Amino acid sequence: MKTLLVAEYREGRLQNNVNDLMAFANKAGADSTMFLVGSKTDLPQFQGKLYLADTEKCGEYNPEVHKELLLDVVAKVKPDMVIFSHSSYGWDLAPRVAFALKATQISEVVDFVDGVPIVPVCNSKLRRKVTPKTDITVLTLQAGAFSLTDQTPVTPIVEMISTPATGTIRFGGYEQAEKGGIDLTKAQVIVSAGRGIGKPENIGMIAKLAQALKGEYGASRPVVDSEWAEHNRQVGTTGQTVSPKLYMACGISGAIQHLAGMKKSEFVVAINTDKDAPIGEMADVLVVVDLKQFIPLLTERILAL
Amino acid sequence: MNILVSIKQVPDMESKFKVNKEGTWYDGADLAWRMNEYDEYAVEQAVQLKEKTGADLTVICIGPERVKEAMKKALAMGCDRGVHVVDEASFEKDPYSIAAIIAEFARPKSFDLIFTGMQSQDRGSAQVGTLAAEMLGLPCITTIVDFAFEKGTVTVKRELEGGVKARVTAPTPALVTCQLGLNTPRYPTLPNIMKAKKKELLSLPVADLLNISVQQETTRLYFPEKKGGGLVLEGDLGDLADKLIRILKEKTTVLA
Repeated sequence: MKTLLVAEYREGRLQNNVNDLMAFANKAGADSTMFLVGSKTDLPQFQGKLYLADTEKCGEYNPEVHKELLLDVVAKVKPDMVIFSHSSYGWDLAPRVAFALKATQISEVVDFVDGVPIVPVCNSKLRRKVTPKTDITVLTLQAGAFSLTDQTPVTPIVEMISTPATGTIRFGGYEQAEKGGIDLTKAQVIVSAGRGIGKPENIGMIAKLAQALKGEYGASRPVVDSEWAEHNRQVGTTGQTVSPKLYMACGISGAIQHLAGMKKSEFVVAINTDKDAPIGEMADVLVVVDLKQFIPLLTERILAL
Repeated sequence: MNILVSIKQVPDMESKFKVNKEGTWYDGADLAWRMNEYDEYAVEQAVQLKEKTGADLTVICIGPERVKEAMKKALAMGCDRGVHVVDEASFEKDPYSIAAIIAEFARPKSFDLIFTGMQSQDRGSAQVGTLAAEMLGLPCITTIVDFAFEKGTVTVKRELEGGVKARVTAPTPALVTCQLGLNTPRYPTLPNIMKAKKKELLSLPVADLLNISVQQETTRLYFPEKKGGGLVLEGDLGDLADKLIRILKEKTTVLA
């Protein structure tokens, strides 16, 4: 089996998820070739052939042009599978390529068992096995689902590629996240609020518990989107990645994007009314209770210690 | 100017899911259904654009009779008319088939802008919008968290990892897929809910729009194994608080 791995480049750097792609290829026992629109200054530690287009000419984000480059490489390599990360780059480019190749795309693969991709359904509450019915398959891999154990420094065999394609979509630069005063990455204790807190006023009880534990409070994406908390308190893929000694997830169901931001926490307590919430998978202790009653009581007893 | 917004009806994600008899999908009975959350942002953005430009706004939804509830919400939010593609078996269609239905409907209508959610909450493929755009030969920008339209150009921000955004423009006609937080979806008011009842809601049989077969099948749907999992505490509030404090003292240093 042959795989073509699609690496990513952003703000002048090779993105780390290239390791997930190589880990997948190892697990699948596949011969792999790599594709990257990047630069010779930051090459992946990949043993094999790398088809490289230069971001100076082709842009870091230019999906129509990247599609044409990739299709040229697919025509040369003739892979059985084209593998992307399930990232803002990957989920954007993959369907364009899949459509052009008349290939089916299987998104956010979390496992690969006996050659069959497994993907999550309904906020990771369920899983499904998917059988492709096309000659080529396009996969996007969930961040962190496949990880590389050891890596020896190697240099790929680079072949430069280019295309006359230009496309109609124009990239106009990046905007960095607003840097606020709160650096959750250094907090020893984080108490985070999810949608389950019910209403914005209840942020107060989360903040009080955090204070009682000499920590900071954080929030999940829905809470930030609803403007119940500032973006600089958001934990997850599009917020901060944290690793406190204690992480308390209050009313957080545990979407993968949130879990990705807190899975390095040393000890995790989840407080949730839903016993089956995916956060339970990650929690050392799951307290099944109505947090609106429980948290004020817990705070009081901690303060009385 | 003509706008299309494509929506999906999904189960409430807090539901207790059951696997169906065939073991290939979740059982649709006893579930509460709602509009896919990402699509609420798509509808809101489309309605805002309609209000600004006086454009005509159609909402399309594929599925059985029950999806009309989600469509009525979209109409009450401000869409002008609904097109219900009647399909009892929409749940087993892959993203490619769903995109093909939307594209087949949209092709002769020459929409200037098409809005979709960036993904659905149940399948989460993040493919349908992009595939439909490819089928229609339109530029597509995914995962937008900011949107503006002027003189035939859409100017958006795409959300990337780590809170970074990318500024992107494209000429219309175009398709954009909407991320959470793009705007604040409105709650339909009672007068608008009443008005929505009089709006046109056309039904089309799926066979009129679908002329391809699926590219992938779900061979098995199942609950993931609990990976050892942690300790589950239930019971009296006071006992729970004491137990949790004891555990925190034993297993962590945060109460030391």
